[in-house]
Amino acid sequence: MADPMADRSRVPDADTGVDAGPVYEVAGLERSFPQPRTRLLAPSPRIAALAGVSFEVRAGQRFGIVGESGSGKSTLLRCLGGLEPATAGSIRFRGREIVGKRERRLGFLRRDVQLVFQDPMASLDPRMRVRHIVREPLVAQGTPGADARVAEMLEAVGLDPAAAGRFPHQFSGGQRQRIAIARALAVRPSVLLADEPVSALDVSVRAQILNLLADLVQRFELTLVFVSHDLSVVRHVCDTITVMRDGGIVESGPAEQLWERPRQPYTRQLVAAVPTLRRALSGAGPAELVRDAAATAGGDRSAAADEAHDPKDGR
Amino acid sequence: MSDRFVAEHPPPDVAGSPDRGRSWGGSAIVGATIIGVIVFTALVSFVWTPHDPLLVQGAARLQGASSEFWFGTDRFGRDVFSRLMMGARTALFVGVVAVSLAGLVGTPLGILMGMAPRWLSQLFLRTNDLLLAFPALLLAIMFGAVYGASTFTAMIAIGIATIPVFARVARSGTLQVLSSEYVLAARSAGRSRPAIALRHVLPNIGGLVIVQASVSFAIAVLAEAALSFLGFGTQPPTPSWGRMLQEAQELVAVAPMQAVWPGLAIAAAVLGFNLLGDGLRDRFDPRLDDSR
Repeated sequence: MADPMADRSRVPDADTGVDAGPVYEVAGLERSFPQPRTRLLAPSPRIAALAGVSFEVRAGQRFGIVGESGSGKSTLLRCLGGLEPATAGSIRFRGREIVGKRERRLGFLRRDVQLVFQDPMASLDPRMRVRHIVREPLVAQGTPGADARVAEMLEAVGLDPAAAGRFPHQFSGGQRQRIAIARALAVRPSVLLADEPVSALDVSVRAQILNLLADLVQRFELTLVFVSHDLSVVRHVCDTITVMRDGGIVESGPAEQLWERPRQPYTRQLVAAVPTLRRALSGAGPAELVRDAAATAGGDRSAAADEAHDPKDGR
Repeated sequence: MSDRFVAEHPPPDVAGSPDRGRSWGGSAIVGATIIGVIVFTALVSFVWTPHDPLLVQGAARLQGASSEFWFGTDRFGRDVFSRLMMGARTALFVGVVAVSLAGLVGTPLGILMGMAPRWLSQLFLRTNDLLLAFPALLLAIMFGAVYGASTFTAMIAIGIATIPVFARVARSGTLQVLSSEYVLAARSAGRSRPAIALRHVLPNIGGLVIVQASVSFAIAVLAEAALSFLGFGTQPPTPSWGRMLQEAQELVAVAPMQAVWPGLAIAAAVLGFNLLGDGLRDRFDPRLDDSR
């Protein structure tokens, strides 16, 4: 963690010996969705999910993106994964542009970048056995030795290899997310994009999955981009945090710095809204915590503080 | 937590079934039983019938039910029960061919159009609705007029008229599946579109298609009977329930039971397939019930 650049020996483009630069370079990224037509002749209005986002992710970084729901963070992640077309701007992955490319030209991305989704019930095909789920990226990319790799991956995520013959619904939420992680890592990607991977899980298994992710990121020397609405989770997993709001970036910086000395009022609200043991022990309920947060932020925009304290945080 | 060990929590359902321990409803069982009896009767008719269903016996015309002729005889002295047995063959044959034709053409078409660009998909939907509004009977009568009325033209016409039904069901199911996260995951795994259609869409809309097949089967049986009744379907002397109904209709004042038996057979077949369809829907549909 101290020197994330040191151990990138297996990055393909870095084989030349010198650091090949950032993994992701995002510049002026925009994504908007058309709304239903309101007038017959006027063009249909569009709603912007991303309004000019720029940042860089360096190899080995654990890059966290925090924001309330609707801030565009999931859209951003899908754009990074090449699953959602950007409206404007550029995303360069190891120097190669992915915006505007057809899906079948994104093979280089598929080999190196994999995703873990929020809801493991929805992201695993209910009619596929675990073996075929985990094997899917291997088969899709023509990797030999898929069966051995499936067992290896299931073991790596802490599942019994005998689980390969079962269907997703026969597992608990935590186990399903382990299966999803096994699938993502099966093709030995160098970048893992995680979209709220623990939000849909029971509180009791969140820590397990987070620890597992952290372990695997270290073990396989992954670059991690981690999206969450929960600042405390992101702080736990990531070394760099970017705060998003309304499709734009509010603030970005090293995790500890952002946590200890947030510069923007919105970030201060987010930090203050995180329930802490001390405040909980002093008897403050959620409502009071929100009020505290609003007070910390100078009393402006208490409505925003309400939103920042997403009810999911308290689960 | 015991999150690690799968084997500690054996699921309550049958291993290998992706549908969680949902039991078969009463209507599915009743429907399957009725269909089972009809299928059994049709199969038996190949090796045994009480009498030759085609044998004309002038001496035994229009007899009532007896131990010799269980359901009586028609105006040519042919045994009605034997003819009903053989008529089951015709009804099922038409149903199988028509529904297979419609399903095998309509389902891939629907999947294809579900995955097509938006404008093409919309264009297809409108065209499909247009075809859907075209009555199967009219098409079959046109076919009969052009190619000559026969069981074959009837079932092909019924099949063609049913294609849009399957296409529509498959398309809406496909849209539903495509919006799921597991398709997103498959794309990020690098799966091509044909592979997604084959490995994710088809298995997940299979239930919908099976339900539709059962319901369409009922409609096909009814359509065949109607066409034969009108003279555009199965031609004499081959027994068909619709044909039998038509022949009995002229003598309904003399021998009313002659019309009752084929009518009951048609009603039972339609009821059976509809009940089965309902039962299957209860079992398969809940996951996809938002689909239009």
